Amino acid sequence: MSDTHAETVTFVRDTMLPEKEPPLSTVGAIGWVRDNLFSGVLNSILTILSLGFIYYVLSGILPWVFQSVWNADSLTECREIMVATWGDTHGHACWGVIKDRWLQLFYGFYPPYPAHPDANFGSAPDGHWWPAYFRPNLALILLIGAMIPVLFSGAPRKLLYLTAAYPFILPWLLWGGSVWVPLMVAAGFAIGYFAYVLVDRSMSSLMATIAAVLLAILWWVFAVGPVSGALHSILNIGIAPVQSREFGGYMLAIILGVVAIGCSLPLGILMALGRQSDLFIVKTLCVGFIEFIRGVPLITLLFVASLLLNYFLPPGTNFDLILRVMIMMTLFAAAYMAEVIRGGLAALPKGQYEGADSLGLNYWQAQRLIIMPQALKISIPGIVNTFIGIFKDTTLVSIIGLFDVIGLASAIRADTAWNGIYWELFAFIGALFFVVCFSMSRYSMYLERKLRTGHR
Amino acid sequence: MKKTVFFGAVTVASLAAGAAAAGTLDDVKARGTLNCGVSTGLAGFSAPDANGEWKGFDVAVCRALAAAVLNDPSAVEFVPTTGKTRFTALASGEIDVLARNTTWTFSRDVDLKFEFIGVNYYDGQGFLVPKELGVSSAKELDGATVCIQTGTTTELNLADFFRSNNISYEPVPVETNAEGQQQYLAGACDSYTTDASGLAATRASFEDPSAHVILPEIISKEPLGPLVRHGDNDWGDVVRWTLNALIAAEEYGVTSTNLSELASGTDNPEINRLLGVEGGLGEMLGLDNEWAQRAIAAEGNYGEIFAKNIGETTPIGLARGLNAQWTDGGLLYAPPFR
Repeated sequence: MSDTHAETVTFVRDTMLPEKEPPLSTVGAIGWVRDNLFSGVLNSILTILSLGFIYYVLSGILPWVFQSVWNADSLTECREIMVATWGDTHGHACWGVIKDRWLQLFYGFYPPYPAHPDANFGSAPDGHWWPAYFRPNLALILLIGAMIPVLFSGAPRKLLYLTAAYPFILPWLLWGGSVWVPLMVAAGFAIGYFAYVLVDRSMSSLMATIAAVLLAILWWVFAVGPVSGALHSILNIGIAPVQSREFGGYMLAIILGVVAIGCSLPLGILMALGRQSDLFIVKTLCVGFIEFIRGVPLITLLFVASLLLNYFLPPGTNFDLILRVMIMMTLFAAAYMAEVIRGGLAALPKGQYEGADSLGLNYWQAQRLIIMPQALKISIPGIVNTFIGIFKDTTLVSIIGLFDVIGLASAIRADTAWNGIYWELFAFIGALFFVVCFSMSRYSMYLERKLRTGHR
Repeated sequence: MKKTVFFGAVTVASLAAGAAAAGTLDDVKARGTLNCGVSTGLAGFSAPDANGEWKGFDVAVCRALAAAVLNDPSAVEFVPTTGKTRFTALASGEIDVLARNTTWTFSRDVDLKFEFIGVNYYDGQGFLVPKELGVSSAKELDGATVCIQTGTTTELNLADFFRSNNISYEPVPVETNAEGQQQYLAGACDSYTTDASGLAATRASFEDPSAHVILPEIISKEPLGPLVRHGDNDWGDVVRWTLNALIAAEEYGVTSTNLSELASGTDNPEINRLLGVEGGLGEMLGLDNEWAQRAIAAEGNYGEIFAKNIGETTPIGLARGLNAQWTDGGLLYAPPFR
């Protein structure tokens, strides 16, 4: 007995009891079940009811999914196999349609070998070493490479060069054509940058911005075509072009989604700032634009893109349908994004703005270093929500005759071999979208955890 | 060749001389491809197969036209159009011809400023009912629930039919044919109504087609045909007489198999004129004299196209009915090639 307990009263225990294992019923699987599922009479009843319901649903779905036919070339064949195997045709999926058409559901009518339009998947033309659908697949791999440095701060920073180049690589890989066109479009940004630097030296930065934007637009509209044409005739580097009409399937959803997501965030930030601006015209334009776009359904905008523009533009104008749809979806997403970010801005205390001012930062420095990092962090759930929404909205393009997965599903049903098939296609499409949307959602949770710097 | 498919579009300035061009025929020849508007998918009439190749009854008309004008049945760009986008696509010049099971009506011809160049399929609205309902005539459908695609002429025809027969019905609106099939099979409606050709295709897709019957009443006239823009008569003539050539070829017994043999000259002057052996008809159209030969060689004559895509040997299994030659009691009657 140590001295510290010398003055202990006798009826108080003066040694620690040895630690005991917690009772078996409160730890491990049993404890968890007791705590979470059967902690009371009501909860026990609810648990049993829920389990019954889950069993009921799964007992319908799982046999349908797994007791299914893969190797069939038509719905009729599927049904014959079902009758031969299980005796009836109910409650069995016919995945043969996915096996038959999965390439189409993924790539639409995109040629597997664009340089050899007659070659099909599985019959590579002679002398071809790269695999079928090389270009869209490479574009997807590069997309992941370009996204990694943006998404994860631990990634090598050199990958950011790929991110910067990707907006020019993507259309070139997918649409093909001369390599000079994306290079000359990229040159437009360089021209704008140099114009800004030069004018900024002699005049105000507002004038410099205007000059930069104006010059770049003039370059894109009037010079890119002829200049890249001339360069192409000097040095002919290019890959086989692919028409927009051949795009389709899930690839189209990803292209539209990536473009709309990638462009809507910066646009949305600019508009959110513009809405809070003191400049009357900027503010009015932003408010008017946001409220107009938010007041109009996306499907209306898509009809404008596909139909109304045809009447406004002069006949013979070649204004790519997918590009039109991309622009509309981007604007639509940007308007929602602007409001989401405005919510983040509104949540910041005024002291943050004043603090930035007191440090002597100018407007853009304050936005970049103090305001935006906090506002964006607050808005992450809303931003990702908008992303997921716009990605799923890409399926609306089937209504204007583009063959995205939904459009292809009805085209596949029009094939006499698959007429009458319904749920299998939608289940497959649902699974495709779930993968991407769920990943986005998980990433946003990861980001929120990582950025949680508050003292909560 | 256009190198800048994508960014060329960015430079909106590429206002090709489309506005000033002479006519659709010259445009098509200069372009080297025919832009043909088809349905986004209708069993037997137009659908892409697993390789993305378009097949079907309407598609065959486009291929024959491309063969006649461009000497290549594969020189067709198929532009899928929906019921909502089809007319704008044609009016704006995005497509040269619309072959999309479109009913020839007064207002479309006159008010919308289109030119229907003929009829390639005489359709009509019918009713599909389960056999166990025990109904043998549409007039016995009093009080029935009927699945009906919204926003189509079939909806109006249905209302007219029931009103004129003084019987009641309850409409179950559906958006697409696929949805209609599902609703009908799920028992949400007693009867499904749409064009008879569509009903036949739908019935063929059922597990047990014999448990369903298509009622004998055809309650509307739906002459389906290709159409072009109003005002370009040269192009309209080319499309019209290509279709007539296919129909006439069947009447005179010219098929894709005996074509080359007959093209060397026959005793029948009508066949000779059709195939360009005499008469020089093709040059009057602005084509060469073998145009009709190529059109027939593309997918066969009208009868062969019908048999291959929607005829009785196909899963859709349509009888010729009204679409037989006039000599067989049908309505197909190609004007003389003279």
